[in-house]
Amino acid sequence: MASVQVVNVSLPSLPSGWTADKDFKAVGGLSAAIQRNIEPVGPHFLAHARRKRHARTFSEDERIQAQQNVKKTEDEEDEDISEDEDPMMLARDAKDWKAQDHYAVLGLTKYRWRATPEQIKRAHRKKVLRHHPDKKAAMGQRDENDNFFKCIQKATELLLDPVRRRQFDSVDEAADREPPSKKDVQKGNFYKLWGPVFKAEGRFSNKQPVPQLGDENSTQEEVETFYNFWYNFDSWRSFEYLDEDIPDDGEGRDQKRHTEKKNANARRKRKSEDIARLREMVDECLALDERIKKFKQQARAGKDAKRKAKEDEAKRLIEERERAKAEEEERKKNAEETAKAEREEKKKAKEAAKNAAKKNKRVLKSSVKDVNYFADGEASPAQVDTVLGDVDLVMSKIDVDELAELASRLTVAGKDSGAVKAAWAAESQRLVEAGKLKDGEVKAFA
Amino acid sequence: MGDAVNGTSAETERFAIGISFGNTSSSIARISPEGKAEVIANEEGDRQIPSILSYIDGEEYHGTQAKAQLIRNSSNTVAYFRDYLGKDFKSIDATPCHQSAHPQQQDSTVAFTIRDTESETPNTVTVSEITTRHIRRLKQSATDFLGKEVNAAVITVPTNFTDAQREALVAASKAAGVEVLQLIAEPVAAVMAYDARPEATVTDKLVVVADFGGTRSDVAVIACRGGMYTILATAHDYELGGASLDQVIIDHFAKEFIKKHKTDPREDARGLAKLKLEGEGTRKALSLSANAQLSIESLVDGIDYGSTVNRTRFELLSNKVFAQFTGLIEQVVKKAELDVLDIDEVIFSGGASHTPKIAQLAANIFPETTAILAPSTSTSAINPSELAARGAAFQASLVQEFDAEDIEQSIHPMVTVTPHLSKAIGVEFTSNNETSFQPLLNADTALPARRIAQYTAPKEGGDVLVRVCEGAREIKVTKPEPKAKEEKPADDEDSDFDSDEEEEEDVREIVWKTEKPVAELAVKGVKAGSKVEVMVHVNPDLGLQIAVREVGGSTAVRGAINGSA
Repeated sequence: MASVQVVNVSLPSLPSGWTADKDFKAVGGLSAAIQRNIEPVGPHFLAHARRKRHARTFSEDERIQAQQNVKKTEDEEDEDISEDEDPMMLARDAKDWKAQDHYAVLGLTKYRWRATPEQIKRAHRKKVLRHHPDKKAAMGQRDENDNFFKCIQKATELLLDPVRRRQFDSVDEAADREPPSKKDVQKGNFYKLWGPVFKAEGRFSNKQPVPQLGDENSTQEEVETFYNFWYNFDSWRSFEYLDEDIPDDGEGRDQKRHTEKKNANARRKRKSEDIARLREMVDECLALDERIKKFKQQARAGKDAKRKAKEDEAKRLIEERERAKAEEEERKKNAEETAKAEREEKKKAKEAAKNAAKKNKRVLKSSVKDVNYFADGEASPAQVDTVLGDVDLVMSKIDVDELAELASRLTVAGKDSGAVKAAWAAESQRLVEAGKLKDGEVKAFA
Repeated sequence: MGDAVNGTSAETERFAIGISFGNTSSSIARISPEGKAEVIANEEGDRQIPSILSYIDGEEYHGTQAKAQLIRNSSNTVAYFRDYLGKDFKSIDATPCHQSAHPQQQDSTVAFTIRDTESETPNTVTVSEITTRHIRRLKQSATDFLGKEVNAAVITVPTNFTDAQREALVAASKAAGVEVLQLIAEPVAAVMAYDARPEATVTDKLVVVADFGGTRSDVAVIACRGGMYTILATAHDYELGGASLDQVIIDHFAKEFIKKHKTDPREDARGLAKLKLEGEGTRKALSLSANAQLSIESLVDGIDYGSTVNRTRFELLSNKVFAQFTGLIEQVVKKAELDVLDIDEVIFSGGASHTPKIAQLAANIFPETTAILAPSTSTSAINPSELAARGAAFQASLVQEFDAEDIEQSIHPMVTVTPHLSKAIGVEFTSNNETSFQPLLNADTALPARRIAQYTAPKEGGDVLVRVCEGAREIKVTKPEPKAKEEKPADDEDSDFDSDEEEEEDVREIVWKTEKPVAELAVKGVKAGSKVEVMVHVNPDLGLQIAVREVGGSTAVRGAINGSA
């Protein structure tokens, strides 16, 4: 915004007689503005938005932006400026490099095994700038052996070699965290006290990421994964760094072999000790872990509830079965009783029908008898026989209902011989028509 | 090492790219560590990735591979879907989809019925879902190329994209795992692609962005004032684009084919699809060379067809279509109430802009001072197909570090709607004893604005008057002196025609006139050959602060004019 245009036109000279207060004369205003939408893109728009939102003027915004930019570059430079140097460390003998804390030498104790190669390189450069023998010489502090400078070189060389760095990290006691005492844990803070221990120990794991201890809200699965992981811990920790130096002055092969053997044994011993130590530590932690108890309780409660539910279910099933049985029996009994009653009813009805039929037959027979077998005076036995034979014939051809009807008609006819005969004749005629009797078979009623 | 475990590490870092999401093709771009915009090629090496998805037996094809499916598997191929996003079925134009999956109505949105799984039964897939899949593939390509998970983007959209369409696009992108930092207008992205070049300087200019795409053309006039962009006018043509030029090629070859074989390949669906695909390739080849081939195996009835066409032929055939392109440009300049003389730059964007003749014809419309930024007219022009994506990538690099809330606040109308100067503000000066006017703040400058300029003082030095005025631009038309007409022989028609043309053409130029004086300031005792620096600051309420001093001088003359509002 602040760029200056250079325009190659010449301004007019001041006409004579032009005067104004402070050499400034307002003549007019501007024409009305048009409201338009600016496209919200580009660096200049962002500057505009910044000014508008924070109500800054051009120059204010420029100043603030400039300040921010300056701060940013500074931050980058002293981002991880090294720690104070211990005078004891500065006085170290470079020959004793094995015993030095390489991270401390480079000022990386904040990071230790987390330091990236990039950080190590930067730290090295920073230290070299300060401790280079030439610098020391310039400042008039002559150090014959350049001891600390050699320490720095040794530390960098070791830490930038991944294999040797691991060896050093394996025995870097300053990075270890001692497990808390039982007493401390009982005061509470189990997770706070144990968490960092496992975090520190997790650096030796071949498998990354390492599950964390978590807190009281961790799920059972998480807790189980955690302990399973630590009981099957796959560690790269090794103890070559603590090896005794093998003399290479060729004093004798035996001596050399002896030392090598000793070293190998010592490594093995330390490794097994380390495994045992870790196991013990996890045991201790597990024993104090409230969550395990909680999960056990939950599991037990769950089991009880399940068992109870199972029992209840069984009980319910038995009850249900019994009830079903009782119901079935009841139903059967009822059915039997009704069947019996029905049977008796039927029997009665049948008997009644039989009686009625008998009665009707009697009526039929008596009807002819009453009218003296249609004979005037004493009926001859032959006539009686014929009439009765016909009555029997008709009777055998009709069913119960027709029988009842015929009987009722005959009763109405009473002792009137003609009417009785007519009734019989009509009946026989009907039977003939129905095809049950042959015409002429019944003679007595014709 | 042990710190970032349990997956509870701090939320993943934002990594943004620019996406140009077109109806026909899409591009992805990022800003390289050296600060240059670069367009990323997908796995197949395409930088313009066709916005097409195709499905065979549940397998998804994207880009060029999907485009090839338009011939054999057109019903399961979705193309030209960008403009359907966020619209209801009634308001869409389904013409471009005649040869791919047809859009249908579903609830309030548009959907396609395609077999996108292994099962035989087709599924109905909404256009939002298709967009999500498309953006997911773009994201995947960018992630594969950059080796780092891409999770945010700035996406370009046409200037007439509605709020509903914007919302739909943001939602579809989110579903694809891409956070939309901002949606920016395509023409502005194109301008920014040029302005973001390291060699570019911030100047006040009026730019016409001609975006000639595959199926539609959009032209916009943009005022660039101190690096801020204001769209003054836009024009759209939804039927004009590269496809219209393809049609010319298709018709040309189809006619040739009919002459030979007595059948029309355009009547066969597959033949037409083949012609379209190859015709497009031929048309693109013609933009680069003077001759181009077309060869199609088994075009119709098993007849193989091969032919060539040269550029001149093509340009003759396409005259009408070219006129439509240039007409659109003229139309938008008129709509912005400007004259072609006002335009400082014409930026050609979009695939069809590669066609040399279009840029040449456009150059004829504008005066010679206007820069025509197309590959055929300017060697420094950026590939027109990549402009939008580059601009988006540039914007993405600017806002990547911002919180979502911060961006939202910045693009809120409260911030973007600002008063703009209606008249230019400038200083009067003398040349050849005449007073004339030189604009310092051009019309359509967003307020507040500040400009600083240095003017040369009169040669002899002394006291100087600085007169700040509002100015107006006028177009002076002068008829050239009629040339002495030479009598030419009647048979030389060509040159006769030419000279007629020349005579008719008027000389038009811009002349600035002082309209309203605003303030007068005096700088006294200026040394000979020295310069005077003028700073003008205009507030949003039209108040003015003016400071004038001699360069190198310690005291300045200041004055303020109160705003009207």
